[in-house]
Amino acid sequence: MASTTPMDTPPAPPLSSKPGTSTGRAGDNIFAGLSRGSGILLLVIMASIAVFLTYRASLALSKNEGNFFTTFEWDASLTPPVFGIPVLLVGTILSSIVAMVIAVPIAVGIALFISHYAPRRLAAPLAYVIDLLAAVPSIIYGLWGALVLVPYLDGLNLWLDQYFAWTYIFDQTQPGVARNMLTVGILLAIMILPIVTSVSREVFLQVPRMNEEAALALGATRWEVIRLSVLPFGRSGVISASMLGLGRALGETMAVATVLSPSFVLSFHLTDPVGGTFAQNIAAKFDEANATGRDALIASGLVLFFLTLLVNGAARLIIARRKEYSGANA
Amino acid sequence: MAKRIDVSGLSAYYGSHRAIDDISMTVEPRSVTAFIGPSGCGKSTFLRTLNRMHEVTPGGRVEGKVLLDDENLYGPNVDPVAVRRTVGMVFQRPNPFPTMSIFDNVAAGLRLNGQARKSELADVVEKSLKGANLWNEVKDRLNKPGSGLSGGQQQRLCIARAIAVEPDVLLMDEPCSALDPISTLAIEDLIGELKERFTIVIVTHNMQQAARVSDRTAFFNLAAVGQPGKLIEIDDTERIFANPSVQATEDYISGRFG
Repeated sequence: MASTTPMDTPPAPPLSSKPGTSTGRAGDNIFAGLSRGSGILLLVIMASIAVFLTYRASLALSKNEGNFFTTFEWDASLTPPVFGIPVLLVGTILSSIVAMVIAVPIAVGIALFISHYAPRRLAAPLAYVIDLLAAVPSIIYGLWGALVLVPYLDGLNLWLDQYFAWTYIFDQTQPGVARNMLTVGILLAIMILPIVTSVSREVFLQVPRMNEEAALALGATRWEVIRLSVLPFGRSGVISASMLGLGRALGETMAVATVLSPSFVLSFHLTDPVGGTFAQNIAAKFDEANATGRDALIASGLVLFFLTLLVNGAARLIIARRKEYSGANA
Repeated sequence: MAKRIDVSGLSAYYGSHRAIDDISMTVEPRSVTAFIGPSGCGKSTFLRTLNRMHEVTPGGRVEGKVLLDDENLYGPNVDPVAVRRTVGMVFQRPNPFPTMSIFDNVAAGLRLNGQARKSELADVVEKSLKGANLWNEVKDRLNKPGSGLSGGQQQRLCIARAIAVEPDVLLMDEPCSALDPISTLAIEDLIGELKERFTIVIVTHNMQQAARVSDRTAFFNLAAVGQPGKLIEIDDTERIFANPSVQATEDYISGRFG
């Protein structure tokens, strides 16, 4: 063989060797297979959940004597069962909107303070405390909400009703303690604050130094640097953070179930002590429901599932539409 | 308009580390002064002291005086934000605001100054883009994002943004080091035109560039790594490149070190 003669350069591994013969190549294949398998598994799990939910939901829906989309009651365990989701849909969306309106501006403010205003000595512990809020179990929030927040907010409700009834949403048409969507929204806002804050903070910290210096060199004040460089760069990150928070708010169960006393009355007045949310309704009714009742709850869960999908899709659309201007192109 | 810069006894620190030591020099209005020297000699740091950008770096601190005509930039009642509005800066890498259109990028400084009348704004944007030799390339897509331009165009956009506010001085920190030779040539031509209106200070690693664009050249050097950078000499560019008065300058220019 020519390669054994001393004239040749040291033998290089032949290029034509079959893939998979060396250990490196085998590792590559195993890893590719594993990651492909994980990807497929995820799709299989998602599809199974969807199929399961749809099947069980269809069982209940076929027996429903009411209209799923217009009936204002939930008596799914009766024979014949009567149930509908409008109250739950409105309650879920209302409480989440209240939570977002309160939480997102505060979270962005905290994130900006930690990333751009606070001295480093203060920023790190503050960030830690905010993250700690996320570790509190939701039942604790629920108990705190029911025992502390509800009595405390009674006065606020009366005050809002007295001076802000003209806004419609603060017009209290049904008397009762503050077990209402406003209280739930405030509680949810506190619960989603940490996740929105920490994701926003991370994004704000990633603003390239040169983008901020561009604004500084033009004679921008600290706030103007934030407005010109930090917020535009962080916009899509803040949207993602808000969507993460919204996902949690839409699906939050225990805290809402502890505060709200369920009643199937539709009201857009935030201070009316009525209404319910999908997750809270499922948690409250699941134990005592019969087979059809459970299937009906699953049907409502399916709606929540699609609502969450819709919200995420919308968020992606917003981010994609701004892609041309995104900071990632810098 | 274009002003004289008079620096005396200026030292800059990062924390306790002294980056540049006791620098004094004068920069004439409507001229181009180039700073050359090996990496780490503090020429960029010195440039950033001229518009008070050094102190935005954590631990950054400056001692000494920088007179712009007769006003000390480091005087007790001077607002650094106001200083940066009269001393413009162009950076090593083009840094247009990525989320803004070409028009908004150029208008950004004017809007900060509160000069936001629409018709006036359009005039200034056009004038600045023409001044940066970019107008013909972008006039049909002023509302497209600035980050969609080529690197050379982005750098000229940054120059347009800097000159839109009519600064007294224009500082350029290696403005061509991220650009290809053709874009570099375009910027160098532009510098030649801009010096009619502005006092220009440019940091460059490219000695041919210093020789081509500048009227005066300052050579910076440091004794050893970790030592503060010093100004070795400043003189007419022709003199520096033909017959410098300090041996170290000649060694550096002829490629014997650095």
